[in-house]
Amino acid sequence: MNPQLLQLICFYAFGFVTVAAALSVITLKNSVHAVLALVLTFFSAACLWLLLEAEFLALALVVVYVGAVMVLFLFVVMMLDIDQEKMREGFVKFLPVGLIVAAVMLVEMLGLIGVRAMQTHVMGADPATAAGMSNTAWLGHALYTTFLLPFEIAALILTVGIVAAVALTLRERRAARYESASQQVKVNPSDRVRIVKMAAVRPDEPTAPQEPQP
Amino acid sequence: MISLAHYIVLGAVLFCIAVAGMFINRKNVIVLLMSIELMLLAVNMNFVAFSRFLGDVSGQVFVFFILTVAAAEAAIGLAILVLLFRTRSTINIADIDSMKG
Repeated sequence: MNPQLLQLICFYAFGFVTVAAALSVITLKNSVHAVLALVLTFFSAACLWLLLEAEFLALALVVVYVGAVMVLFLFVVMMLDIDQEKMREGFVKFLPVGLIVAAVMLVEMLGLIGVRAMQTHVMGADPATAAGMSNTAWLGHALYTTFLLPFEIAALILTVGIVAAVALTLRERRAARYESASQQVKVNPSDRVRIVKMAAVRPDEPTAPQEPQP
Repeated sequence: MISLAHYIVLGAVLFCIAVAGMFINRKNVIVLLMSIELMLLAVNMNFVAFSRFLGDVSGQVFVFFILTVAAAEAAIGLAILVLLFRTRSTINIADIDSMKG
């Protein structure tokens, strides 16, 4: 079989799965099912990126998105007690508007980008292979030389994300008792124990003689 | 033979699905967040396709940064959602009107 035809068939198969899963993300009633459909969308999108020979990004999408972000979504969706029926209010009312806006937008986009002109761009040789590297090395070279400062800023953004998420959801329990280590360290012995000077005193002699036993 | 047009059209379709999702799921913040993720995926699809077809590495580097920012955004957005549910016991957007926006 012609490998290019095979690629095209794979593209249509994965593209169909991607679009179908994306449609079910926005239409499914149960939020947990919607998150699972989003996982399928990301997974088939990663397969499409593999077809483009962007292996590193495809794997990063699966590991980072499906492995971390979507699991976070699942945790939150399952943790919140959501009234599913209430959430569906207005679904039918806004459905025509949403469809019309989406259709108009799609037609405008396709008209604007000029699909016919794009069709002349057929997939040539892999630029990473042309540079004599794997895709990951190709990306890494650019990332650690030209884009080093943005790379460091990305790390900073992730740190800010962690700190913000923890700071937002951290809850102080008023009823519980905590010990404050900093206060314990800072305490002065003189606040706790007072040493009083006293004159030395001889312990009292037994004064009264004991009564004779009868 | 896969052309650039295939991927661009797929990206446009995904983006429009996400826009439609924002319109029809107005009440549910979680689905709105997921629609944002879909939009970012559509944009990433375009970036990867252009990077591959034009032979420029910048597109794939940009996708890397978009993934980073989107992960941070999802974490903070979900934290806000949890906080909202804890204080108001609802995530219905219609009920969240204390700022009279």
